Amino acid sequence: MSTSTAPKLKTSAMIASFADPGQKTASAPFGHALVKAAQEDDRIVGLTADLGKYTDMHIFAQAFPERFFQMGMAEQLLFGAAAGFAETGLVPFASTYSVFAARRAYDFLCLDSAEPNLNVNIVGGLPGLTTGYGPSHQATEDMAIFRGMPNLTIVDPCDSIDIEQAVPQLAASEGPTYLRLLRGNVPTVLDEYDYTFELGKAKVLRGGADVVFVSSGLMTMRALQAAKALAGHNVDVAVVHTPTIKPFDAETVLAELNTDRLAVTLENHSVIGGLFETVASAVVTAGLGKKVVPVALPDEFLDAGALPTLHERYGLTVQRIVAKVLAELG
Amino acid sequence: MVLIQETQAHGQAPGDAGETATERLERVSAAAYRIRHHALNMGEVQGQGYVGQALGAADMFAAVYADQLRLEPADPEWEGRDRFLLSTGHYAIGHYAALAEAGIVPVEELETYGSDDSRLPMSGMSTYTPGMEISGGSLGHGLTIAVGMALGLRYKGSTARVYNFLSDGELDEGSTWEAAMGAHHHQLGDLTAMVDINALQADGKTDSVLRTEPVTEKWESFGWYTQRVDGNDMSALLAAFDNAAAQAAAVGRPSVILCDTKVGRGVPLLEDREKAHFMRIEEHEWQLCREQLTAGYKRKAAR
Repeated sequence: MSTSTAPKLKTSAMIASFADPGQKTASAPFGHALVKAAQEDDRIVGLTADLGKYTDMHIFAQAFPERFFQMGMAEQLLFGAAAGFAETGLVPFASTYSVFAARRAYDFLCLDSAEPNLNVNIVGGLPGLTTGYGPSHQATEDMAIFRGMPNLTIVDPCDSIDIEQAVPQLAASEGPTYLRLLRGNVPTVLDEYDYTFELGKAKVLRGGADVVFVSSGLMTMRALQAAKALAGHNVDVAVVHTPTIKPFDAETVLAELNTDRLAVTLENHSVIGGLFETVASAVVTAGLGKKVVPVALPDEFLDAGALPTLHERYGLTVQRIVAKVLAELG
Repeated sequence: MVLIQETQAHGQAPGDAGETATERLERVSAAAYRIRHHALNMGEVQGQGYVGQALGAADMFAAVYADQLRLEPADPEWEGRDRFLLSTGHYAIGHYAALAEAGIVPVEELETYGSDDSRLPMSGMSTYTPGMEISGGSLGHGLTIAVGMALGLRYKGSTARVYNFLSDGELDEGSTWEAAMGAHHHQLGDLTAMVDINALQADGKTDSVLRTEPVTEKWESFGWYTQRVDGNDMSALLAAFDNAAAQAAAVGRPSVILCDTKVGRGVPLLEDREKAHFMRIEEHEWQLCREQLTAGYKRKAAR
């Protein structure tokens, strides 16, 4: 090729994979976990709003056709009906994209499920920046919207391990939950660590003397990769994974932050109202005079494009994280 | 009422199989009268409130609670019960009166309506009141919940029926029509919607706020078994509920009973007053209202 400019990357599919080339992945971990949970708990039913194939709910629908309910492209009905199912003693998992759950059906989730504290499990695809389709599909503020809803548990899983282990715990927990779904071929990362998912608990994945990362969702994967890269710069980084955003395990996180290490939060979400502000409020409430550096999406409507391009542009890549940490350390 | 409940078979609707049509009409009409009376008393405690709506819908409440619903008054959570979902939270005043009539809420408790720490808040909520299935108030929710409840009950093999009370104002909400489509798609034959068409919304007459007519044709086109009746004519109401019950099935067409009602019905003083969502009644008028209600009821009963 004689051309000197690299070809531009393509947006490609709506749900672009964020797995690195050659990375170990698991296929449709949510769908398979829900089937497994349903084999042991006959109260579990599955609902979707015309996005079964795009939220891995189709795996459940194939395994349990009589326990799967297609509600059509009608998100208010989806979540009103999910509350109705829960009122009869069943345990619904209702899937759509996070944008539609958070923005479009909020009132139905809030009043029909959260106020009566029903066991309704919201499964939201495309959380944060996991599609290049632009603001119509990018749920960059879903946690900001949902964190103000009383009774709602919010889970931001890192990988296939988190999802597999979270699903039965979400079914077993009493009130409503929101799962930021990772679907398709989802990276498997946490099996390399001495780790199990426990609802409501943060876990220290690795220790480190110079910097402490507090991260959730797919950014825990990036945090672990960045920690390895920073070791090459003689920077020793600890990583604390906080898959449950609400209720937040402030005790574990504050114990890690109450040191002289540089504190950084990492999240696949707007800097407004997500993990960073959750950590910041815990720090202030505890009276720690501690600076916290956010790695998060900007308070903007994000561009459309290819996911690797956008992750680089908005600072979510390993290279951008490493550069930020080195700059902070001066 | 207590006697009737005690002689009721397990989970039977209140209707007595041995009674004549006339006796049934008188029994349910008497219940509607008492519901109106309770509503006036509750309104007087508050000094204001949604009395107009309660009076207008009292016949609908009486038809379900005194004749249709299979309930266990002593066990409001009994699994086999028919479900009655009140979407319009502000109609709670009428619903509480009906719950008292059904023996689920003590009549003495009605005077706590809308007071601090009462189980009977101004807008109905399931978390406060026994027998309230859902928290209404944000309009357009009830029918979506009813769809899930009917699907869930059918999946569990229950024969319980699900009733959703909604107002014509709720026909403005898109979610109501999402649910109407969903109920037909899933063939929820044990689901019955009852729409109180009092032609009045918060900002004025329904046809001036957002035109909902032709209402009958809308529901028919959504595939529902549709009846439209004078919602203040107890004979017509009971016939409509009988028709709906006759075609109810686990798998079949959902049914809707469109009830044209009159705000303030049964109290001429209020029927003739300028219609308002939140009706103002002066302190000295409450006793007059009760007297007019009782006089009208006795006049009708004597005929």
